[in-house]
Amino acid sequence: MSSRDAVLGRIRAALADVAAEERPEDVPVPRAYRRRHVEPGQDVVALFAERVADYRANVIRTDEAGLPLALAAALGGRGARNLAVPRGFPAAMLPTGAWKWHAEPLDVPELDALDGAITLAAAGIAVTGTIVLDTGPGQGRRALTLVPDYHLCVVRAEQIADDLPDALARLDPQHPLTFVSGPSATSDIELDRVEGVHGPRALDVVIVDPTPTEQP
Amino acid sequence: MVSDPRSRGVIWLGSPAFPEAARTALADEQLRANLKRATGTIRDKRLAVAAELDDWEELRDSAAAIKKRVSRHLDHYLLALEASVTAAGGTVHWASDAAEANRIVTELVRATGESEVVKVKSMATQEIGLNEHLAEVGITAYETDLAELIVQLGDDRPSHILVPAIHKNRTEVRDLFVAEMGHWGQPAPEDLSDDPRELAEAARLHLREKFLTAKVAVSGANFAVADTGTVMVVESEGNGRMCLTLPETLITVMGIEKVIPTWQDLEVFLQLLPRSSTGERMNPYTSTWTGTTEGDGPRDFHLVLLDNGRTDTLADETGRQALACIRCSACLNVCPVFERTGGHAYGSVYPGPIGAVLTPQLVGVENAASLPFASTLCGACYDACPVKINIPEVLTHLRVKAVEGKGRASAEALAMKAAATVLDSPRLLAAAQRAAALGGKVLAREGRIGRLPGPLSGWSDTRDTPAPPAESFRTWWRKNRKEERP
Repeated sequence: MSSRDAVLGRIRAALADVAAEERPEDVPVPRAYRRRHVEPGQDVVALFAERVADYRANVIRTDEAGLPLALAAALGGRGARNLAVPRGFPAAMLPTGAWKWHAEPLDVPELDALDGAITLAAAGIAVTGTIVLDTGPGQGRRALTLVPDYHLCVVRAEQIADDLPDALARLDPQHPLTFVSGPSATSDIELDRVEGVHGPRALDVVIVDPTPTEQP
Repeated sequence: MVSDPRSRGVIWLGSPAFPEAARTALADEQLRANLKRATGTIRDKRLAVAAELDDWEELRDSAAAIKKRVSRHLDHYLLALEASVTAAGGTVHWASDAAEANRIVTELVRATGESEVVKVKSMATQEIGLNEHLAEVGITAYETDLAELIVQLGDDRPSHILVPAIHKNRTEVRDLFVAEMGHWGQPAPEDLSDDPRELAEAARLHLREKFLTAKVAVSGANFAVADTGTVMVVESEGNGRMCLTLPETLITVMGIEKVIPTWQDLEVFLQLLPRSSTGERMNPYTSTWTGTTEGDGPRDFHLVLLDNGRTDTLADETGRQALACIRCSACLNVCPVFERTGGHAYGSVYPGPIGAVLTPQLVGVENAASLPFASTLCGACYDACPVKINIPEVLTHLRVKAVEGKGRASAEALAMKAAATVLDSPRLLAAAQRAAALGGKVLAREGRIGRLPGPLSGWSDTRDTPAPPAESFRTWWRKNRKEERP
């Protein structure tokens, strides 16, 4: 008998008390919890900014027109010069200046030699202060935002989900997903929190607010 | 570390038994100070972030129900998971016990031609002693979580599910890094201080080259979604992302109880787990993957489904709820016994209250008979548990089994059986409390009941018991409620 059959056989024997006609759906699962932990009318983008900053990530808010300048300020603040830019990242967003943009393909040693990576995101989650990457356009494969020591991530305000249930419903699990809540961290020594271990030690999140339409 | 064949290959130190090990641990004042500070800090953080969600109880109810649904239909969900992982390009293996899981992983590593693997912190692979097994066959496993690295360099044992090196202070860690890192790879800087920031930096440098060149990684799994085939690992340092992303082959060893039905169910567990575990709204990194992805991450993905005593646990209608555990460690941090003894005294990779109910079931109660007694039954663990495992209930249930296993009707066995009956009936409880108030007056000196004569010494030799109050709370309540009524 294969181990598969043995394990399945033992499971069925162990569940002798479960009636043969009981189906999984017959075991009730109450879902009385809230779909979102924000109040109606609450400023979700402001909450996202506050919660991301709680993890000691740097948060910058701007609009479309101010984006290149905001990115330049972030990059300048970190002293980053050589940056990975994934396929699908809008070239118009990139600031002009002394930066060197490295396009894919980039192998691991090449990524390791760079100062950082600049990407878009798939979603943001306000309540938990999380950005989610799904390797879609402008995000690159997973190594791109992992190996360099600095990640600069651009999130559009309309991409920010209020809470986890909404965010998970927006995401496609067939893509590899990375949920990022602040820079890498550890509390393994005396529970003293230290930001920065193996993942990027610095995280900047730039939130792009929609450009206000002209009021007549 | 020893693995007793009688205990089915679960890494388990049957000796010394808990009372003996606890006595030694209690004498270690440094350990107790470390633990007190650590558990106190993390308790406060957990309470603060759990209180942010005013539907915490509804989330717990939902999580418990999802886990109950899974346990009652485990075969159904495992077959669904096997199908979805296979359809996504992964390969599923089934392991009856530790020996088989170790053999499967060994063969998979050998097939790659590699003799080194990088590892993400995983309780399942600790449970089966995978690192030790790989070492015996000439494969080096590098632990990459900072605390696991500390444990591995020190040839030590983990003492906590979340922070396995919590028994070591910063100076001990520094000394260990300086002495041992060079034997495993990149040595620690000679002028290394004991600042946690510098220690984390030393770990980063030590492991960097391993991550960037490793061809094979071994991980555990926090959840696996039956309907999509998605596997999830929750972590903080980025070592998980390194292992899950950069190598060509990924081998994930997962207890069969980790399967959950749907992608949507993660909305419950991802709210409960980080808040219960590290006391954060969300841990820094959570990775999910579904089979393999062309051009991104490992080309080969193997999922090893591990039984190793879980089906025996499932067969016990009271005990099976322990399989709902999501390894958050909240029960350790609130436990007055764990806070004083630390994790090593439990002799298992699963310490604390959850260990006291899980280990005896995985290794057989007869092999861990003292563990169900490593508790005051105060119930703090049940309150803290995000999936509502009624740990005190399982503890008393296992106590009955443990003492019955001794083959004689000891005073404890009778007392536990009687307690179960009495606690089930309000009428009997009221009668017992009245009797205790009377009996206590006879036995107590200065408010404590010490050693008792005859068969009762089986209970009192290891415990002082406070004398029962003259009047039970239930009696007081009934009287005062009546008086307050208009």
